[in-house]
Amino acid sequence: MHVETVPELKVKIGLEVHCQLTNLKSKLFCSCSADYRDSEPNTHICPVCMGMPGTLPVLNRKAVEDAIMIALALNMQVSSRTLFYRKNYFYPDMPKNFQISQYDRAGGVPIAKDGYVTIDGGRKVRISRLQLEEDPGKLVYEGTIETSKATLVDYNRAGVALAEIVTEPDITSPREARIFLQKLRSILEHLGVSSGELEGSMRCDANISIEGGTRVEVKNISSFKEVERALNFEMTRQRSLIRKGLRIGRETRHWDELRRVTVTLRVKEEEEDYRYFPEPDLVPILISREDVERLRASMPELPDSRKRRLMEQYGISMQNAEVLTDNKALAEFFEACAANYSRPDLLSNWIVGDLLSYLYDMGLELRETKLTPQHMVGMLRLIDDGTISGKIGKEVLKEIMVTGEAPENVVKARGLIRISDREYLERLTDRVFEENPKAVKDALKDEKAVRFLVGQLMKLTEGKADPQLANILVRNRLKASAGK
Amino acid sequence: MPRILELPASEIVRKVKVQEISVEEYISECFERIRTADPKIHAFLTLTEDYALMRAREIDSRIRRGEKVGSLAGVAVAVKDNICTMGVRTTCASKMLESFIPIYDATVIERLKAQDAVIVGKTNMDEFAMGSSTEQSAFGPTLNPYDLERVPGGSSGGSAASVASFEATVSLGSDTGGSVRCPASFCGVVGLKPTYGLVSRYGLIAFANSLEQISPIGRTVADVATVMDCISGHDSRDSTSVNTGPTSLRSHLIEDVSGIRLGVPKELFGEGTEEAVSKGVWNAINRLIGLGATCEEVSLHSLKYALASYYIIAMSEASSNLARYDGLRYGFRLEDDDCDWSEAYSRNRREGFGPEVKRRIMLGTYALSAGYYNQYYLRAQRVRTLIRQELSRVFKNFDLLASPTMPILPYRLGEKLRDPLEMYMCDVDTVTANLAGIPAVSIPCSSHQGLPIGVQFMAPPFREDLLIRVSYTLEKNLELDLKPAV
Ligand SMILES: [Zn+2]
Repeated sequence: MHVETVPELKVKIGLEVHCQLTNLKSKLFCSCSADYRDSEPNTHICPVCMGMPGTLPVLNRKAVEDAIMIALALNMQVSSRTLFYRKNYFYPDMPKNFQISQYDRAGGVPIAKDGYVTIDGGRKVRISRLQLEEDPGKLVYEGTIETSKATLVDYNRAGVALAEIVTEPDITSPREARIFLQKLRSILEHLGVSSGELEGSMRCDANISIEGGTRVEVKNISSFKEVERALNFEMTRQRSLIRKGLRIGRETRHWDELRRVTVTLRVKEEEEDYRYFPEPDLVPILISREDVERLRASMPELPDSRKRRLMEQYGISMQNAEVLTDNKALAEFFEACAANYSRPDLLSNWIVGDLLSYLYDMGLELRETKLTPQHMVGMLRLIDDGTISGKIGKEVLKEIMVTGEAPENVVKARGLIRISDREYLERLTDRVFEENPKAVKDALKDEKAVRFLVGQLMKLTEGKADPQLANILVRNRLKASAGK
Repeated sequence: MPRILELPASEIVRKVKVQEISVEEYISECFERIRTADPKIHAFLTLTEDYALMRAREIDSRIRRGEKVGSLAGVAVAVKDNICTMGVRTTCASKMLESFIPIYDATVIERLKAQDAVIVGKTNMDEFAMGSSTEQSAFGPTLNPYDLERVPGGSSGGSAASVASFEATVSLGSDTGGSVRCPASFCGVVGLKPTYGLVSRYGLIAFANSLEQISPIGRTVADVATVMDCISGHDSRDSTSVNTGPTSLRSHLIEDVSGIRLGVPKELFGEGTEEAVSKGVWNAINRLIGLGATCEEVSLHSLKYALASYYIIAMSEASSNLARYDGLRYGFRLEDDDCDWSEAYSRNRREGFGPEVKRRIMLGTYALSAGYYNQYYLRAQRVRTLIRQELSRVFKNFDLLASPTMPILPYRLGEKLRDPLEMYMCDVDTVTANLAGIPAVSIPCSSHQGLPIGVQFMAPPFREDLLIRVSYTLEKNLELDLKPAV
């Protein structure tokens, strides 16, 4: 279990995650293509998703199947009968001025309820509810919101199927919120229902309270990356209020991504009344036991079982297996490499250690790099057969991630092949000794100075000298000079 | 007036198929009649003469070539202006949609066209079907063909009046709480509200989704049956559409009511029922008894709450359905929009909607609001359930329920405009069928001082066949002297 030092009062965080079901070909209630990204505005619309007079919604039954699969993966209980409700409010991104959703207040029956996700090797975050709803359109500004002359509306996204996943306030830190979301994303990606790498496909609202304090909602967190940042800000804000002895009001705040602060959206008194009532144009969704069992039988492997399998099949550590399976693309990459490489433990260290930290530094997803499993394995083989050193390997990895070149070519082109030519290195050693007489003198009694001389030799070869050989040559030369 | 205009649909189809008359001649006569009668009654908001004549010639040429034509070949149909017609403006008799031209046909329109019916125009109605007199149209009222100082009923007043005055042979209306049966009764024609889900609502501009059905109007029971057989049946675009094929009601045009058990609910002959109406309806019931039906009075206690339940549900749904009319994407929009979106929405809606529509949106919004939802909307739904249960019990002992369609005779224009409640009360006998989702028909049964009176029959779900059989028998056995004044 992850242990965090909590110097102050405990934090409770609950999340409301909206995931587009990106595997669906069409929107939730019409036949428009749901693959709207990179399209001209308002080209993925039809009379139904535009809510034109007289049109009626027809449920995409595949969305219900997706929801059931998610429910099973999150260990939830699937309802046998559930209704769509209208959530009424005026906003220009909603063509009908109501959203077809499900009733999230007391008495409402979601598609599924009462499940959990296991994070950090055993801790459970309870999931209270899973429901289906339609995505609104998108407001677009020319330039920035301040300079734009008008607000434009793009309805391509309007009506795309969203799964809303709501947790209990079981999350105890902003970092844990990020870990939870990573796990959730991996589960959805393993199910193949939602691809988190698509921009805006996973969004999240959070509620956060400091022990004994009031619950504050933070809306408009547009990506999982932002969640930790927004929650950290809000946690600090609340703590400093408490320190000053001020009361935290129940309110809804908005995460301003640019300024990286949360600002008040509305206080409780102004809370909106959505006038929910059952959608009369749709019939109740009936889910039979057979439907559920059929889907359960067709469930793909999920992160937790994959983790266990990776440990057994490849003998890698639990930590590595967990990191790998928290990110489906990474797990897939690992297995693709491992199929052609005989030292999976070493491989997993490289992926979990070096590769992941380069990705983090570059701010990229694995698929955004040009790295292929073949090249990864190729690089490791170059190390194994002594062509390059491990240190050079790191350089090669960085380069092939960006260029997509084969590692052998990179090594050749940049002349990175390890130098094991004894005669050549002896000549260079002579030079090092000539240029560093003081260090040579010290080296007779000081081990540090020996390492300095080896370092100088490595430097002359730009790190390509076989380090073992360099070590031997320096020591031999020292013995020789001592013997004089 | 040429006799062809008085013929039932089946006769017109027969005559055009044997080329006794051309569709073009007949449709031209319809428009001649419209030019004479409509300035007096104002049944139409939009005429589609060019389109109709083009269609007529096209059907004629197919007949001349010996090709197959549909079951409604050439028949002139008037369509209520809340049913979407591709390329033809569909206004809901509202300023809000004055210039709205749908890019799609309602399913019923597709089906009519597939059977070679000819749409002659779009008919007047109460704005967004909210009213019982067609006085609430933003484009002026329709007048009763039997008395031009009186209302034709509503909200499908234009559809009923156009058929009653021989401007069209049949028409489509929509019935949310009696909106087809009421004007059918007031205009002396037949109107059938089908079982909920039997006719697709795709393309019907919603007022109250859970209550309404597109419904045919004709001068004869046979005509209504013919149109039903064409427009009914499952539609994948309407999730509430039931999974059955089209009806075959024409095969139930049978003159036989022996053994039919009629129930007469006391509650539907309430204190507001005019004596002439009550007498006329009993006259029809007695006629049926004379022909072999049995009859018994029955009490349905839940019906006392039907009207209140109906209005709460209808207004609640309406308040949400009509939210989409904000002027942003289509419909009425004020030029001056130098303000934020929310102010623009308010202005467009303030100017675009009439007073009755605004009243119902406000009441519906109120009924759905937090703190009132349980007290109004939920309670109304509970009453609805009770009514359904009570009706299904009653239908164990009776085949049909008989009652007046309207408790009163057609009234004078403006008479009930001042007091909305008085207007709402007129729906007391019709709303039950919508709440319960059961079929109901209104057919002329009598007249009083030249004004038509309608009798209503309600049947269990999907028993339109019984309604057709009893109505047909009654039609054959009542000698009514009904002559419109236009
Ligand atoms: Zn669409």
